[in-house]
Amino acid sequence: MMEFLLIKLALAGIVFFGVLNFAGFHTWVERKQSALIQDRIGANRADIFGFRLLGLFHGIADAIKMFTKEDIVPAGANKTLHLLAPLFSVFFALVAFAAIPFGPSLVVGDLTIDLQVANIDAALLYIFAMLSLGVYGVILGGFASRNNYAIMGGLRAMAQMISYEIALGIAVIGVIMVYGTMDLSLLVERQGEMLFGWIPLWGIVTQPVAFVIFLTAALAETKRAPFDLPEAESEIIGYFVEYSGMKFGMFFLTDFLETIMVACLATTLFLGGWQVPWLAEDAVANWVYVLLGVMSFSIKVVIFCFVFMQIRWTLPRFRYDQLMTLGWKGLFPIAVGNVVVTALVLIIIGDFIEGPAWLQK
Amino acid sequence: MATKVIVVRRPELTFWEKLFIPQILSGLKITFRHFFRNLFLHIAHRLGRLVHLPASVTVQYPEELRPLMSRFRSRHRLTVREDGTPRCVGCMLCETVCPAKCITIVPGEHPDPNVEKYPILFDIDLGVCVYCGYCVEVCPEDAIRMDTGILDLAAYSREAMQLDIHELMDPSLLKPMNDCNLSFPHQCELNDGEMKGSWEAVQGNRHEEPPQTKTQA
Repeated sequence: MMEFLLIKLALAGIVFFGVLNFAGFHTWVERKQSALIQDRIGANRADIFGFRLLGLFHGIADAIKMFTKEDIVPAGANKTLHLLAPLFSVFFALVAFAAIPFGPSLVVGDLTIDLQVANIDAALLYIFAMLSLGVYGVILGGFASRNNYAIMGGLRAMAQMISYEIALGIAVIGVIMVYGTMDLSLLVERQGEMLFGWIPLWGIVTQPVAFVIFLTAALAETKRAPFDLPEAESEIIGYFVEYSGMKFGMFFLTDFLETIMVACLATTLFLGGWQVPWLAEDAVANWVYVLLGVMSFSIKVVIFCFVFMQIRWTLPRFRYDQLMTLGWKGLFPIAVGNVVVTALVLIIIGDFIEGPAWLQK
Repeated sequence: MATKVIVVRRPELTFWEKLFIPQILSGLKITFRHFFRNLFLHIAHRLGRLVHLPASVTVQYPEELRPLMSRFRSRHRLTVREDGTPRCVGCMLCETVCPAKCITIVPGEHPDPNVEKYPILFDIDLGVCVYCGYCVEVCPEDAIRMDTGILDLAAYSREAMQLDIHELMDPSLLKPMNDCNLSFPHQCELNDGEMKGSWEAVQGNRHEEPPQTKTQA
């Protein structure tokens, strides 16, 4: 029991450390990537003992600035909720990472360690629940600030999250139907099989339409451009208008955490998670396989983050009606159609064509 | 006459345009092209290659300055005669024309009857100056110019923004000044605004030294 607890604690520590650092690193990536896109250089002045390292220290400078800034609670605001809102945001964004399998099982002696903090058999539901609860932080932040702009931002965020979570959920149903499980580690394992012996049976191969819908809806979930109506700096500033110091920093961090979260989820569902294409498990030693698996997972997540960032710096913001039209009249019907088509195809395949054992219903 | 109303309809989007996807892809193509081109060029610059192709339009300001146009109006200066006295004849035209009223001149009598006057005090309040360049335009003696190329004018107090005759005649001077380098009679702030210097000192300079723009007192 003690052993089990220690292993889980260590895993949680690794995930926590990795994710938070990657989120911090993400701020640097955002600065530099946007700079390169726009023919600029990007922040490069912060230095430690004269070393600038391409502006990597700006993240540290930002953190110090945020912690030392005055923390202002507006007069008449609900102090408790005002404090709770950013905590909620960060908490739910971080907690969702627990169910992501980031590598194959590691065998140490007679111990088998699943590289997943919480081995939940309905992990997908858990992640969706946590992502949905994340909206509480946003709406509470808007509500508790006693500022009309803030509550506007909060309402926009809520409407947007609810609209797009439906498309997101229905897009994922297609994946669940194909692989027949909601357990993410099992789902990743099943994506390791080959189609015709050479195409990896990843989610993107079996569910391309769901992939596009998922990507779009996931972008909307992260509340970043082109779906950044809740914050919309140029119009209402958003649900965190009245936040300063590290409380604002937490909302800022949540943005990046959610981007990474969504990238992890997209990797797990559609890019085969930690699967290394065309690498059989018994071809190499277990620790090499685990290492390659974790690396493969990380690289895929980084690529997704890169693409999300690129989209964020390419597209202008949607108008509110365009947002709702795209969500309800565009993505939602396509997602439902995808589910129906997937169901039909699965029945036909199950009856006539040889497939992996778990596909035979 | 009745006005004609022209109804301009927004062009309907085609199905392909409504999909957004081709537009998104073409947008991404542009940003990806810029990203990878600049990334490649930055790396090439680190290795000392392809330096003639700029990777960014950024000017690293304090270390790197943009070239100024020859007509650019920067901080003022007073032109100087060979003997180290100002070319200004104290005609008060610049003070009169100045729309911001930032110039203060106190004229004094010049020993040379052909010159008649010169400024014993010439102040420009840069905190008030609008850099219109009228003073330069109006000067009949080419005594005031705005060609020092000094742009980074900033100070912690309003007093420090006021230039007096010392700084105007020698743009390289920086406040606070320690010693006065002018020999002709002028109201010197190092002397608590009292008159300082004499024409004899100027004459002596002229006879002893070859012509020089700046003379040390």
